Amino acid sequence: MPHAHRLKDPYIEQRLFRNRMLVAIAGVIVLLGVLVARFYNLQIINYEDYRTQSEENRIQVRPVAPTRGLIYDRNGTLLADNRASYNLSIVRERVRDLDATLELIGNLIRLEDSDVAKFRKRMKRRRPFEPVPLRFRLEEDEIARISVNQFRMPGVSVQAELVRYYPLGALFAHSVGYVGRISDRDLNNFTREDVRRYRGTRSIGKVGLERSYEQHLLGEVGYENVEINARGRVLRVLEREDPKPGVGLTLHLDARLQQVASETLGDRRGAVVAIDVNTGGVLAFVSKPSFDPNLFVTGISFVDYRTLSDSLDVPLFNRAIQGQYPPGSTLKPVMGLGALEAGIISRETRIQDPGFYKLPNDPRIYRDHIRWGHGDKVDLVQAMAQSCDVFFWDMAHRWDIDEMHTIATHFGLGAKTGIDLPTERAGLFPSRHWKRSARGMPWFPGDSLNAVLGQGFVLATPLQLAVMTATIANRGTHYRPQMVKTINGVVQPAERLHNLEARPDHWDLVFEGMEAVVNRSDGTGKRAGEGLDFRVAGKSGTAQVVGIAQGAQYDSEALLERHRDHALFVAFAPVNKPRIAVAVLVENGEAGGKVAAPVARALFAEWMARPQPPVETARDTDLTGRRGNG
Amino acid sequence: MANRDYSHRLSDMDSSLRKPVSLARRLHLDVPLLVLLLLLASAGLGVLYSASGGDFKYVQRQSVFMCLAFLGMFIVAQIPLDFYRRWSIWAYLGGCTLLLGVLFFGTGAKGAQRWLEIGGFRFQPSEMMKLGVPMMVAAFLHQRAQPPAFATVCGALVIVAVPAALIVRQPDLGTAILIAAAGLFALYLAGLSWKMIGAAAAALMASTWPIWQWGLRDYQRQRILTLLNPHDDRFGAGWNIFNSKAAIGSGGLYGKGYLQGTQSQLDFLPESHTDFIIAVLAEEWGMRGVLILLLLYVLVIARGIYISFMAQYLFGRLLAGSITLTFFVYVFVNIGMVTGLLPIVGVPLPMISYGGTSLITLMAGFGILMAVGTERRRVHF
Repeated sequence: MPHAHRLKDPYIEQRLFRNRMLVAIAGVIVLLGVLVARFYNLQIINYEDYRTQSEENRIQVRPVAPTRGLIYDRNGTLLADNRASYNLSIVRERVRDLDATLELIGNLIRLEDSDVAKFRKRMKRRRPFEPVPLRFRLEEDEIARISVNQFRMPGVSVQAELVRYYPLGALFAHSVGYVGRISDRDLNNFTREDVRRYRGTRSIGKVGLERSYEQHLLGEVGYENVEINARGRVLRVLEREDPKPGVGLTLHLDARLQQVASETLGDRRGAVVAIDVNTGGVLAFVSKPSFDPNLFVTGISFVDYRTLSDSLDVPLFNRAIQGQYPPGSTLKPVMGLGALEAGIISRETRIQDPGFYKLPNDPRIYRDHIRWGHGDKVDLVQAMAQSCDVFFWDMAHRWDIDEMHTIATHFGLGAKTGIDLPTERAGLFPSRHWKRSARGMPWFPGDSLNAVLGQGFVLATPLQLAVMTATIANRGTHYRPQMVKTINGVVQPAERLHNLEARPDHWDLVFEGMEAVVNRSDGTGKRAGEGLDFRVAGKSGTAQVVGIAQGAQYDSEALLERHRDHALFVAFAPVNKPRIAVAVLVENGEAGGKVAAPVARALFAEWMARPQPPVETARDTDLTGRRGNG
Repeated sequence: MANRDYSHRLSDMDSSLRKPVSLARRLHLDVPLLVLLLLLASAGLGVLYSASGGDFKYVQRQSVFMCLAFLGMFIVAQIPLDFYRRWSIWAYLGGCTLLLGVLFFGTGAKGAQRWLEIGGFRFQPSEMMKLGVPMMVAAFLHQRAQPPAFATVCGALVIVAVPAALIVRQPDLGTAILIAAAGLFALYLAGLSWKMIGAAAAALMASTWPIWQWGLRDYQRQRILTLLNPHDDRFGAGWNIFNSKAAIGSGGLYGKGYLQGTQSQLDFLPESHTDFIIAVLAEEWGMRGVLILLLLYVLVIARGIYISFMAQYLFGRLLAGSITLTFFVYVFVNIGMVTGLLPIVGVPLPMISYGGTSLITLMAGFGILMAVGTERRRVHF
């Protein structure tokens, strides 16, 4: 050591140390000043800012989803309910080993690979400390198994949410419809107001009444100021503005009548619509085949959806309002009344039916469905009872298509009925103007022959046929068909669209013809009235097949079956004081009288067994005062 | 050597002649320092109770640590200073060996190896070097004339650099800096020439850019960037600093009241019972509480400086001065970090933060201070 020889001098050492320490003390004082200044800056000068920040941290405004309005049938049977559904969620920050936790969960409850895959996808988009759902709709025993093992799985929790449940399942899928998760497409259509109202809500009405009454059913979102911790867990509610629950709906629909309609239609494809003649209220609304709407509520699985959408029977297709079929002979009563009013025919008009019809100057032969004809003195009543085509061809030839169009319009054909359901289709009743603008062609006499028998261009939905039948039963009073009877207990008034002025004896004649269809021994619709202690009036029909949208792969047997005619039947009862009108369509059922009429009969039997509510009778007498006997 | 022994004896005799030796002196306790430490310890337990969300478990365990730490301080205070001086070289070499051992056999978490496991007992050698390094530097300088010649300075720098480099490798930059600071304080107090200090400062300035570019790891760079603008990354790296500032700021002058701090009680404050504990105090007691705590620290530091002034010979003087100044650095770095003045490095707030190891080292340091302070009253056998 070079300096080892230098003497240590305690005095110099001490003085040196003292000076150095004094400089250090100065440094300490300066730095302490910096700290104090910092606290002064944070706690005094910027106090307000930081106080606000810490309040924002602490308090979060959370939307509170309203409970969705319930839907009942006319007797108070619950058709759309809200049920607690339990989800399994994971908070990543609290889980030590995610893979091990997932494996443990997989040992406890059913966990598909797809659940895990979707979960991992959601995991990437989440915010810190946000619970991410892993499995939806846990069963009771699954919840129990999770609860028992909860202590082994920190960060795993079971969370409840209210989801829609349709207790009667497929029976009301086409009327009540269903809700589903709000999709990107829904979001794109949202207004700012919608965005506000749907805060906290996860589902929206997709089809049926759930969609058309969405604004009523949804309710008003509520808010609460909650104190949360950094993990997002709510510690207490500071303030709360309650949500307004959605409004409940009571329908005209009758669950038992619906059941009867569905059962008598059986496994066949088709549609049944029954309407309360005096209000336009829809009593039964069946489209078959149907599906379980509960599948859609929390998101339908790919496999389930494929099964439904690929089915040749198109169960998702609402035949009652979207199926457009040629109405066939069910149009005859309306056409008959129109011709009577127009003076083309009268009670006395009789024609000779050789089994075919020929237009002058036209080589084409129009054949009746009975080769040898209906005889040489066919009048309107017989022409309806036996469905004689020649009588109507002769009538149509002498009549003007635009007048036919007008009378059809009065009965609600060719235009949307305005029912409170979405995605209704309009059907079609042609006119000269229509043919020129739509087809660019003039009206040919042969077109009239087709139109009068509900063929050719004519298309109608089963609902339109039910409305038409109810309007006949009402002697011209045309109500808008309605599914919903009361909203939040407030009765929705029957809406009369218009009133057809026609001579009472013309109505009598039409009634007589329809009554004959059911009650005469040679009537085509005998089965609609068998064994009933009241009289039924109706009309059968057969429609040549025009395929509805169907898949590409046909097998030949199915193809043959699907080429058969559609069977139709419309009817109302009782004749002397009509209460219910029914339209039945059976796809490829061939003969309306044979397959469709019994369905109508079953509905009448069921409905007429009910006592008629006195209030409705009183209110309706003056509206239908001109009602005579059949 | 003889010189020192002589003066030592003299002062011993001198004071023992004036008044009788008190019990505290016999037990080598410095009463003002002891009182201050007890005050800090109880304040620490009080804040900890709130910071741990009213969980008594932490307070209980910390109380046990406190008792052990006070006991350790008491034992350390009993050992003659001369013993430390003579044995510091062995402690230092042993410490360096252990640090080497950490590099090769160490265990740890988050990519850092800081612990040695011996018989199931976890042990952090860098912790003991917090005292070992200044002790070694003081002993080294004690044997040499002051102000230190260039070669002496170089020797001291090597003593500081070896363990610091080993700790940087762990990596634990925070601890390395604190240990280096403790050694350098001793060198500074021994009279390191201002020219050299100026040259070192200039060299440090010049190397800022290279250090930023090559000397730091990504997460360290991130911490510094976050410090400059915590709002950039409010939910990521800036989360801690954002919330601790909100906690402190919202405390205002008077605070929200004990156990009433929303930031801390609702878990918005990260590590609220360890490194960020002063934010809990600041939120619940306001600036008032902060100033009282700072005052306690200032008094501890003042007492430490007084002891170093009164020290009888160079080793004790340098050691006491270094320990005191390092203590202040702990306080400053911790508070600076929590208030967003400094980048986040894991430095606990002395006497307040939860944790046993650092507390025991800290109290051992105070034990040495007391040993220095009571040296001249020591009865020599």
